[in-house]
Amino acid sequence: MNEQLAFTIEVFANGLMAGVLYALVALGFVLIYKASGIFNYAQGVMALFAAMTLVGIQNGQVPFAHLINAIFGTDVHKFGWSVHSFAAILLTVIVMIALAWAVQRFVFRHLVGQEPIILFMATIGLAYFLEGVADLMWGSELKALNVCASEGNCLPQGMNVWLEGTTYEALGYGFFIDNLDIVASIVAAILVIGLVMFAQYTKQGRAMRAVADDHQAALSVGVSLNFIWVLVWSLAGFVALVAGIMWGAKSGVQFSLSLIALKALPVLMLGGFTSIPGAIVGGLIIGVGEKLFEFLIGAPYLGGATENWFAYMLALLFLVFRPQGLFGEKIIERV
Amino acid sequence: MFYREAGDFSTTYAEDQQTFPIKFDRYRYYVVLFIAIVVVPFFINDYWANSLLLPFLIYAIAALGLNILVGYCGQVSLGTGGFMAVGAYSCYKFMTGVDIWWGGELLFRLPEFNIFFSVIMGGLMTALVGVLFGLPSLRIKGFYLAVATLAAQFFLVWLFNRVSWFYNYSASGQINAPERDLFGVLITGPSTEPWATYLFCLFFTIVCAVIARNMTRGSAGRKWMAIRDMDIAAEIIGVNPLRAKLTAFMVSSFFVGISGALFFAVYLGAVEVGEAFGIQKSFLVLFMIIIGGLGSIFGSFAGAAFLVLLPVALKVVGVDWFGWPTDIVAHLNLVIVGGLIIVFLIAEPHGIAQLWRVAKEKLRLWPFPH
Repeated sequence: MNEQLAFTIEVFANGLMAGVLYALVALGFVLIYKASGIFNYAQGVMALFAAMTLVGIQNGQVPFAHLINAIFGTDVHKFGWSVHSFAAILLTVIVMIALAWAVQRFVFRHLVGQEPIILFMATIGLAYFLEGVADLMWGSELKALNVCASEGNCLPQGMNVWLEGTTYEALGYGFFIDNLDIVASIVAAILVIGLVMFAQYTKQGRAMRAVADDHQAALSVGVSLNFIWVLVWSLAGFVALVAGIMWGAKSGVQFSLSLIALKALPVLMLGGFTSIPGAIVGGLIIGVGEKLFEFLIGAPYLGGATENWFAYMLALLFLVFRPQGLFGEKIIERV
Repeated sequence: MFYREAGDFSTTYAEDQQTFPIKFDRYRYYVVLFIAIVVVPFFINDYWANSLLLPFLIYAIAALGLNILVGYCGQVSLGTGGFMAVGAYSCYKFMTGVDIWWGGELLFRLPEFNIFFSVIMGGLMTALVGVLFGLPSLRIKGFYLAVATLAAQFFLVWLFNRVSWFYNYSASGQINAPERDLFGVLITGPSTEPWATYLFCLFFTIVCAVIARNMTRGSAGRKWMAIRDMDIAAEIIGVNPLRAKLTAFMVSSFFVGISGALFFAVYLGAVEVGEAFGIQKSFLVLFMIIIGGLGSIFGSFAGAAFLVLLPVALKVVGVDWFGWPTDIVAHLNLVIVGGLIIVFLIAEPHGIAQLWRVAKEKLRLWPFPH
């Protein structure tokens, strides 16, 4: 088999995996945007916050330890216990729900009816705020994230040996694919299907879609807007937690984790802000597109590291021809 | 008591249309100018210049530029950092002589520009790039546009990082401002006098502010505001959206480019593009105009002053007085800035400028409000 072609296919497969993760983050955006019209820039920082909280709870860190030490001159760092991964995840989910409630109660309840761009800027402020709080709570150093069901039974690291072996026998070229990427894509796929089912078939899901359609009409048939908004922010927090676990397990928990939000923005523009299938298809297109572009054009001719901007340029060009994205609702403007 | 219009009679159209129609305002403006130009240079030292005054003046120019685009024309841009980088790198190229290559051979080299004209050229080149990236604004709006301007941010930073022509093939990938003078006084380089750099930046700040003030109250500014308030309606009453939006992008980028050029050449002296002009810079300038006041010239200055002062003040209080570690103070700074953005958006969407207006209204009636 042609070596170059095999490489290309491998890059393609890796791009698909990355694309699934982008889609996962983008999904968090779409959920909030559909239900409340808020474009939540803080989604990436929420993933960082969730991952840091998870690590902190697992290791039994004292929240705000550095701040307490600085103010009172004490020297506390850890409670001295470690929490099982599942219990820690559960506790983190509770923290994220509390966060969702607080965000709704103290920020966005006061901003109902403002222009979308004001809400967007408020979420940028929220992102800064959360980042500062996360750093103060758990410290800003790089942390390793390990989710283990039991001793030695953790999220897999390294590349998939089995896949390499089989493809080497069948095609004469071993594909190099991360174990973690495979797990992440499966988890993301399950999550996406679960969310779509939730939105389609449950009572709360229907209420969510009703709110997305028309706030006042939803209010008039007895849907509680506040509850739905808290629910949606909690769901987005949960999605952020999953994304945080996957990216954190891959490259450690640190500030750069929050930059995945910047990766998800072009996905959204491509897929349309209001469409769940759009987020998935957009994520895959961007994941594959940027990897292939880097491999075929960027690295050989342009000096590499094109992944930083390729997605944005693609989305920008695309928007000029189709301003509402691939699957977005047609934008109709009236005076 | 203060700010009385009583007794202020305009007898000519010129008087009626002046920038500060109230006498008290006008005199206060002259006093501020006098102090800034004549008094401060005699008392300035390195610490004051480098940690407060220079960043304030330079960020004020960037904030003015962004305010024209966001506050007056309603087109949100997150590409400020990238545009500042364009200003910085064009200034550098013109300072050191632009070399044009064709087919591996040096075709010709422009003579080295004076620092003053290099900064201007930095602004002009940025205006060009700004118009280019402003073109999508004709098709897309709101935060679609905001995200689209991120494309400019990432692409430009990548470009200046990868194409070695921009940093004259230096091994470190940095650009360093060589020593340049204006009328025999050193403006850039390591051995400058604080008063010289201060006056150089002050000149640009004043000129930019005067231009911005007059453009925004003239026909260009009215067109921008019409587009901001309702673009379709503006189009119907005869505002050409193409021209209005592109001029806003152009003027805004010109200012941002000048501030980027000053930031590199006068303030920092040596720049690594990802560090100095990353996306954090875009947000910082956006925060300045939100806190200062969208659509207000005074607001741009107030916001820039506030966000330049805040980290310094926190550092003095936290590190020097209480002896806290610097990283905690830096995190606290993030929390406070983020919190303030939210508080301002909720409680006072027009920022410090609006607080100032309210205060003026109160002062006008004081001490007999009824």
